[in-house]
Amino acid sequence: MLAHLPILQVIVPLLAAPLCLILRRSSLVWLFSLIISGIAFLISISLLQQIMASGTIVYELGGWDAPWGIEYRIDKLNAFVLLIISAVSTVVLLAAQTSIEKELPKDKHTLFYVLYLLSLSGMLGIVSSGDVFNVFVFLEISSLSAYALIALGEDRRALWASFQYLIMGTIGATFILIGIGLMYQMTGTLNLDDLSRRLPEVAHTRTVFSAFAFVIVGICLKLALFPLHLWLPNAYAYAPSIVTAFLAATATKVAIYLLIRFTFSVFGLSFSFTTLPLQILFMVLGLLGIFVASTAAIYQKNVKHLFAYSSIAQIGYMIVGFSTSTVTGLTATLLHVFNHALMKSALFLALGAVMYRIGSVQLSQFQGLGRQMPFTMAAIVIGGLSLIGVPLTVGFVSKWYLLMALVENGWWLVAVLILLSSLLTIIYVWRIFEVAYFKPPLLETEGIKEAPISFLIPIWILVMANIYFGIDTRLSVQVAQAASQSLFGVAP
Amino acid sequence: MMLMGLYNYWIVVVLMMIGFYIVIAHGNLIKKIVGLTIFQTSVFIFYISTAKVDGGTAPILVEGINQYSNPLPHVLILTAIVVGIATTALGLALAVRIKEAYGSIEEQEIQKKDNQSC
Repeated sequence: MLAHLPILQVIVPLLAAPLCLILRRSSLVWLFSLIISGIAFLISISLLQQIMASGTIVYELGGWDAPWGIEYRIDKLNAFVLLIISAVSTVVLLAAQTSIEKELPKDKHTLFYVLYLLSLSGMLGIVSSGDVFNVFVFLEISSLSAYALIALGEDRRALWASFQYLIMGTIGATFILIGIGLMYQMTGTLNLDDLSRRLPEVAHTRTVFSAFAFVIVGICLKLALFPLHLWLPNAYAYAPSIVTAFLAATATKVAIYLLIRFTFSVFGLSFSFTTLPLQILFMVLGLLGIFVASTAAIYQKNVKHLFAYSSIAQIGYMIVGFSTSTVTGLTATLLHVFNHALMKSALFLALGAVMYRIGSVQLSQFQGLGRQMPFTMAAIVIGGLSLIGVPLTVGFVSKWYLLMALVENGWWLVAVLILLSSLLTIIYVWRIFEVAYFKPPLLETEGIKEAPISFLIPIWILVMANIYFGIDTRLSVQVAQAASQSLFGVAP
Repeated sequence: MMLMGLYNYWIVVVLMMIGFYIVIAHGNLIKKIVGLTIFQTSVFIFYISTAKVDGGTAPILVEGINQYSNPLPHVLILTAIVVGIATTALGLALAVRIKEAYGSIEEQEIQKKDNQSC
């Protein structure tokens, strides 16, 4: 049983998804999905423990040897990302039933959980698989279900957002497919580990360069890196609240994982960063992303839009950390992946609670909510402080490591710009505080009460995690550091 | 010679650009999906044509033949075709829902209605 954990991680939610259709009753399906997601969470914890203790796990599907058969290779990086995805998914699911009862028509409930589990298993599959084509298939499983999940939103704009995401996402995935084809043409293998050994021999050819370019651009589309981010704000803003909380915390993180995996493991550090000007390119795009998206966030009237733009800015921080191409920089990126998942899932779940009570997340509707929904608003405050990077929250930890990495490289100007960008974050977070705490309640929202307990529990689990991992950084820092050291080939 | 020997790649690139152009340039959602399908199909042709080995036959064990074409890309593309169909189906389904909700499948009109309701 223990030996089969890598495949169980993916196959359990994948098989559970169609089973939801048999159960039918909305509350039963919810409980079932919650248990399945919980199992995935437990598996990922156990995998992480095994890997930290004894190193990389290799699992051969059907017992076929590696370059011929499909291999699941779980190392520290995979296990870390698996843990983030399954943990967020489980906590978000706790609130799912209450939220979708309000936001979705009754006949869509079962289908919602089917799509949710499919999307979850797709993401877990991308991260665990050690075969590039498998990665592509799982990418499409998770993306297709994500498009459908977004289209479930009440507002008709959700449909249009989902369609735009579908076009952009498919172009991205097809680019990745072209890249995989070119790599296969040159090396005759699809196994990630095998590719990393065979690619250096042919690294000087133009085919490998174009393969690299196609794969990176494809991933950056999925990642919503600055000039390719246009699909993200509307998709997040009009999707059902639960979907936003889940996707915001996981989908882009999986793309970050792919970016790291391809540049560091498959193409190798020297190819990715010395033969190509990737370092400067990513640094500039990351910084532009931070400033453009943070400024855009300041002018949003819809709070979900506001946090969606802030997500693009946070992706910018991860990319800047990545562009330093040092151990510390990559540690900062991985930490921010972890921390951002905690912040954004807490914030979007809290917005889900507001949506549940008020039926809208327009900033003007937030007037006086500080007194009417004290616990929900306190959660948004702590999440917002974490976004800014105030000490004792997780946001501080990753920004601290990012600044250390930048100073280490001597990139003082970038470090200063990162600090300045925090000011922009303060502005857009402050706008929410101001409206919620210093303005009297609106007449129409006068009788509003605190969100139901089924919302408050998951929100506060995430908020407490935001604070806990901001004070006790051992787990997150240790794993992120070990993962980035192993990627650089430094003995931990 | 170079051009002729690599003719399969030329077909792939031309098809790919036609598809890509349609996706970008056309405002009609159905046309966008058609463009997307052409775009994906060009990649399928790319995979399949690279699998051909000169003088090779179908990969079935027969006496007297010792050169075979590579079957793996075909298998991969079979999967990719399924993915492509799923994407097209989902895209069309969304187009139907958009038509119901907005009364139009022209990008510009949808944008206009969105801006009005804002």
